[in-house]
Amino acid sequence: MFQLDFEQPILEIEHQIESMEARPDAARWADELAALRATRGSLIEKTYSGLTPWQTVRVARHPQRPQTLDYVDLMCRDFGQLHGDRRFGDDPAIVCGFCRIGPLKVMLVGHQKGRTTPERVACHFGCAHPEGYRKALLKMKLAEKFGVPIVTLIDTPGAYPGIGSEQRGQAEAIAYNLREMSGLRVPVVCIVIGEGGSGGALGIGVGDRVAMMRYSWYSVISPEGCAAILFKEANEKTNTHAAQALALTAADNARNGLVDAVIEEPNGGAHRDPRSAADRMQQWIVSNLQELQRIDPDTLVRLRFERFRRIGAVGQRIAPRS
Amino acid sequence: MSAITWDLDEPITDKRAVKEGQWVQCPACSETVFRRALEVNLMVCPKCDHHHRISGRLRVEQLVDTGTFEPINAHMAPMDPLVFTDTKPYLQRIADAQASTGENDGVQTGTAYVKGRRIMLAAMDFTFMAGSMGSVVGEKITHAIEHATDHDLPLIIVSCSGGARMQESGFSLMQMAKTSAALARFDRAGGLFISVLADPTTGGVTASFAMLGDVIIAEPRALVGFAGPRVIKQTIRQDLPDGFQTSEFLLKSGFVDRIVHRANLRTEIARLVDYAGK
Repeated sequence: MFQLDFEQPILEIEHQIESMEARPDAARWADELAALRATRGSLIEKTYSGLTPWQTVRVARHPQRPQTLDYVDLMCRDFGQLHGDRRFGDDPAIVCGFCRIGPLKVMLVGHQKGRTTPERVACHFGCAHPEGYRKALLKMKLAEKFGVPIVTLIDTPGAYPGIGSEQRGQAEAIAYNLREMSGLRVPVVCIVIGEGGSGGALGIGVGDRVAMMRYSWYSVISPEGCAAILFKEANEKTNTHAAQALALTAADNARNGLVDAVIEEPNGGAHRDPRSAADRMQQWIVSNLQELQRIDPDTLVRLRFERFRRIGAVGQRIAPRS
Repeated sequence: MSAITWDLDEPITDKRAVKEGQWVQCPACSETVFRRALEVNLMVCPKCDHHHRISGRLRVEQLVDTGTFEPINAHMAPMDPLVFTDTKPYLQRIADAQASTGENDGVQTGTAYVKGRRIMLAAMDFTFMAGSMGSVVGEKITHAIEHATDHDLPLIIVSCSGGARMQESGFSLMQMAKTSAALARFDRAGGLFISVLADPTTGGVTASFAMLGDVIIAEPRALVGFAGPRVIKQTIRQDLPDGFQTSEFLLKSGFVDRIVHRANLRTEIARLVDYAGK
């Protein structure tokens, strides 16, 4: 069973609760149980309200954290996967398909990390290849053709770095997605559900509205990557520093105007209560898509362009050149 | 894996190639070349044809008709939106780079003429923080694209970059979307974009505007890729094939249209501009 060190006290209480509940005379301990549950609740709240950015990254990577296909189960009806990029192959690290969310028909596109070891290996732990990005765009264009809005769920450590991915144009695939997504004539909403690792995340992340789940991260590089470059070593201390410096949490990204909304997670993170995480996400998706569907396509594309156009921090410097 | 591939503490110019004095040792063939001879030869080794890395300013000088470059946004300079500090504060890194290069940030943009054809030019500068793309580079390039769109000018971007600038984190990442979205508009307006890839072009720059040229030209033997070779090696725990991620590798795999020697770049650009009727 996977454990986060900072969750240890919570897990101990949970263990106590479980063993007490399992006793045949559990009814006699009702008061004690209630007290333990209350302690558990406040402990979780205390732990999760004080997470450091690096701890947040570790929650975002929790193996029990809901992935795209879990949210499909919890939130979508009538999902049917559409495979393949019609050029090279089918990359399981990105899944796509029409489905219904609440009252809406949508095209859902999301990174998939996989749960079991064979799944995780097949999905390269959510690191997509060029064919994954090309598949995503192909299905988004299909949705555009029939006026179906698009929902993307982002959850990747980054695009896959390998020989085949370079050979088949990883950079071109991502670049082309960025360009083409900016011009899609249907509403596009994007949600970082776990890891928003750099270009691999952005490759399906150009939308009218971009949200992050409370305990997800989104940045130009992973804390370990940053630490390895800047401090020559990725360890607990340098990762903590890097995660802080990169301003990668949902709150940081919202404050910097890089994402439009933070979707709250249940107390203790989405892995404790996937159902309630999915409910909140669904609410956000439906209300935003309904709003965006009232905008005509020309305006929609213009507003999406302007959303990204204004991002940047630039100043002026007038200095004599030596 | 990330949009960043360059370690800023690594030497960004080849130390052996910038020895002060009259002689320069070529990092490729180790021959010692008279500096003046190298300069006259556009900083291409006369012995082995190695294309030395050059600054954005020198690139502009080499490419355009003498005296025709009119810079735009020349005073645009970086800020420090995240108050980023690693082993050094970002503001210090900026000040150091500005002092050593005399530039405000890592790209030159402006209008110019190439063999009498009016163009919009952006030339990235690897000598400024490894040519990394932060807000200023993203903004200047986006503005250059918009200027080219408004005035129907052919757009030439010479890329030379280690990728996104880590010190601006999410702001840097979003420059990839911003520049690419501006190119979408330029494309819809019928603009001609010639992307020139110089050594090295990697990370978030490759994964945005650099790979979106109507025509993509690379200088010989340039390193061009998404992930840095070191990251790939660590991930797959295998040695990389010879010539992996070179211009020639990209040509063979179908992601570069032409490899053009630096001496022929002006002619090639003028030729393409003529075919596009711009």
